[in-house]
Amino acid sequence: MEPTLTFFSGFGINDFWFLGEAAMRTMWISILSITLGTLFGVLFGWILYEGKLTAALTVAPVLDVFRSVPLIIQLVLFYNFAPIVGLNLDAFASGVAILTIYAAALVANVARGGIEAVDRSMRRASRSLGMTYWQDLRYVVLPIGGRAVFPAWVGVALGVMKDSALVSVLGYVELLKASQILITRTQEPFLILSIAGAFYFALSFPISRYAASLEKRWAQ
Amino acid sequence: MIEIRDLHKYFGALHVLKGIDLDVQKGEVLSIIGASGSGKSTLLYCINGLEPIQQGKVAVDETNVHAKSTDINKLRQKLGMVFQQWNSFPHLTALENVALAPRIVKGKPRAEARDIAVKQLTHVGLGDKLDVYPSALSGGQQQRLAIARALAMEPEYMLFDEATSALDPELVGEVLDTMRLLAEEGMTMICVTHEMGFARDVSDRVAFFHQGVMEEIGPPEQIFGQAKSEHTRKFLANVR
Repeated sequence: MEPTLTFFSGFGINDFWFLGEAAMRTMWISILSITLGTLFGVLFGWILYEGKLTAALTVAPVLDVFRSVPLIIQLVLFYNFAPIVGLNLDAFASGVAILTIYAAALVANVARGGIEAVDRSMRRASRSLGMTYWQDLRYVVLPIGGRAVFPAWVGVALGVMKDSALVSVLGYVELLKASQILITRTQEPFLILSIAGAFYFALSFPISRYAASLEKRWAQ
Repeated sequence: MIEIRDLHKYFGALHVLKGIDLDVQKGEVLSIIGASGSGKSTLLYCINGLEPIQQGKVAVDETNVHAKSTDINKLRQKLGMVFQQWNSFPHLTALENVALAPRIVKGKPRAEARDIAVKQLTHVGLGDKLDVYPSALSGGQQQRLAIARALAMEPEYMLFDEATSALDPELVGEVLDTMRLLAEEGMTMICVTHEMGFARDVSDRVAFFHQGVMEEIGPPEQIFGQAKSEHTRKFLANVR
């Protein structure tokens, strides 16, 4: 048999597992950055609500920058310039860092909206029962405001999950990057992108279904 | 006893309360009447420290409400308040609405807080609505829920801020009946109200507020029978 050099080979079952593994990475980076981003975002939202002038001069402009500059630019800038200030983060850590700040910037405004959604007289009622400021926030504002803006938050979370595809530009092999690698090898972009798309759908769909059922339960 | 001395309250440049002097004794039911914007609701907010004051003093059982050293959250446990908007917590059942504050503010165990809630909801006639969410209650029922919620803190005073003003006319009666019940039980009450029948029949004293001044105070027979002030007579002639 004549030895032949082949550049391309077809899509096999191993490649499917390769994509599956990459989907797990997409999920992992999304869960981390959405969770952290939500925690920071709620804190920033609270500062925006309570801080007024201070917030307008400090947090607000920073959040505006992160909300307005395209994510891909933020990622490339951060990944390449962080080492200059001594931050040697790998692609994964850089991705999580930027996605977290990006998510936090989006969640901050959602969270502020949530606090604003709770009527002032509702908060006076809870304070009149002897609740402290923090008890009022924890037991009244968080559940009521949280429910009011929950659909908006789900939108942000799903958006961040899809935007995590951009971390591929740093070389992190998540779902999109894995697809690109396979496309280069198999030359079957239609098949592979369809599978990758199906994976993204499989990640988002349960979230939106679960969110919808929660909303339905709360509406009762 | 609630003592109010030379109380002045401003909202910006607006002088809302212009030197109020008033004592409310334990067990007394005081109704405050007057036109909208006369400062009656603001007075209630000043009594439980929801609004800061600019001059004068409010003391509840000899504790200065607006002193920095006062633990206002502790003091508010003595002062139940019911608002015009009933403000039931929409995410909690009737039972949880009432049990929440005893549990987190007073630190009562869950079971005990539950017992208190059952007792107070039964007290206001909502004993059959324990597990119902506020959205399934009528306005009158939600307002009674708010009364039960305030009572669950075992307050010594109850402040009612136009508790029936936001209700449909056919629902006013049930809330007034609940307030009457409390009065008969000896609760100390300050009721800002537009319900002249309630003020006349239930109160020990009635105060008439006019443009930030307590124009006149006295037993209902005096206010509704032979009011001394021209403004009082004019107001009563218009609301009847």
